[in-house]
Amino acid sequence: MKRHTAQTAIPAGLAEELRGFRLDQYLVCLRGILVREGLRFLNQRERFISSLVRPLLWLFVFAAGFRQVLGVSIIPPYKTYVLYEVYITPGLCGMILLFSGMQSSLSMVYDREMGNMRTLLVSPFPRWFLLVSKLLAGVAISILQVYVFLAIAWFWGVRPSLAGYVLVLPALFLAGMMLCALGLLLSSMIKQLENFAGIMNFVIFPMYFASSALYPLWRIQESSPLLHKICLANPFTYVVELIRFALYAQVDWKSLVVVVACTALFLGGAILAYDPSRGLLGRRQDGGGNS
Amino acid sequence: MQHVTERERMCPPAALDVSGVSHSYGQKQALTEVSFSITPGLFTVLLGLNGAGKTTLFSLISHLYNTRHGSIRIFGHDISRRSGEALRRLGIVFQARTLDLDLSVYQNLSYHASLHGIGRRAARVRIANLLAQVDMTNRLNDKARSLSGGQMRRIEIARALLHRPPLLLLDEATVGLDIQSRAEILAIIRGLVATDGTSVLWATHLIDEVEDEDQVVVLDRGKVVANGRVDDVVRSAGAISIHQAFAALAGLVPVQADKGSAI
Repeated sequence: MKRHTAQTAIPAGLAEELRGFRLDQYLVCLRGILVREGLRFLNQRERFISSLVRPLLWLFVFAAGFRQVLGVSIIPPYKTYVLYEVYITPGLCGMILLFSGMQSSLSMVYDREMGNMRTLLVSPFPRWFLLVSKLLAGVAISILQVYVFLAIAWFWGVRPSLAGYVLVLPALFLAGMMLCALGLLLSSMIKQLENFAGIMNFVIFPMYFASSALYPLWRIQESSPLLHKICLANPFTYVVELIRFALYAQVDWKSLVVVVACTALFLGGAILAYDPSRGLLGRRQDGGGNS
Repeated sequence: MQHVTERERMCPPAALDVSGVSHSYGQKQALTEVSFSITPGLFTVLLGLNGAGKTTLFSLISHLYNTRHGSIRIFGHDISRRSGEALRRLGIVFQARTLDLDLSVYQNLSYHASLHGIGRRAARVRIANLLAQVDMTNRLNDKARSLSGGQMRRIEIARALLHRPPLLLLDEATVGLDIQSRAEILAIIRGLVATDGTSVLWATHLIDEVEDEDQVVVLDRGKVVANGRVDDVVRSAGAISIHQAFAALAGLVPVQADKGSAI
């Protein structure tokens, strides 16, 4: 096997690993990881139900109650006044993706504690590919959940156009990638399953509430300029806006750029963290091979 | 066996070559200048008490940890620089159970096959053959959760062999099993060495798992204190049996006779 020189565009190590397997073998590996995550999801029906109950409660109870209190003026992408249920639906889609992303993080920590992660990490495929495959599996499951939620929301009067249902798919994919990559990165920092409760308190809730999921940013700015700044710095705001515009067959370019950039950042961090030569796991190894 | 290059055919490299490997967890030194190699087609026992560094060494060999000092080569492929090529030649049974309990035996094995790029059709044939080999054909569709400890080990061995690795590592594979299961697992592995020429590194602290014709590497507090054929290790430790030699090398009882190094 020839060695790659420094001038080669692909790093030598990566090129060697790529040469080791054919494209169809990469697809076999990807399919295997997708099937495994799908089977795990089907085996945990309560996870699927709870992932739907949470946003549906917000839609049926919270939004119904606040409909009379909160008025949403005409702001893009809306061309008319909209009901509060319609306004918070993109945020609830984001909520499903957020919880699902964190769930995949929980699943990674669980796999690590139970030892299943080792079978993945000793695969001869490049580690970045294994992690991206795992990420794609998590995203596919998240998207499925969002579409089931949107189908139920349709009966509640939240009815985007057909184009909206189609065009929201790439937005959901990108948003799911970003949030699952964040989950993957967080999973490398959590040593024990018990520490996962901290994720709920310090990541999910702040990200969700300090965003445009529940209230338009102009309303937040009126009540608290500081909170408004926090919302603008919160990547979840851009997830929500990307989905909101996509549901109306439009692209919010700023949100798109932020989501793509954050995905690259979180995914790069996660790949580094799971790299035995550089990662957090490598630095935190403990006796008995329990990392 | 897969992936044997022309160069390997001409001059076969060691199945496993560990050279000057050291590893520490912060201030705690786990391995110090560990060196040994395994000749292809042999059953090698890595003997060491709990805490001797066996699992750390396995984690380094399987690239779960990065080798910072020294080098590890599997059939000539450096685990740090060419991990993909090295891992393709390696089958591993970890000390901790690593089956997904919610999936069936077939689903667990099929998942592993895909992690090695083996397509569904080929995987199905290999799974059927391997389950017959470990006498577990009738549990194909059972959930892993429903298996006993010994049965799980058999499945894990079948899984480690799915991609036909020429080198098999087993880390305390018989811990927690009853005497009969232990004997059966050992018989399966020794059978692989005899019939398929698979190289095996069997880590254990159970001295009665060592047989006279085995190669032995004794690890004590992170250092290789003996390495060679059983009779060489016994002789150089000035002992009369491998039990006595291991006890002496691990500092459990004093040995009166002249004890040279077996390394």
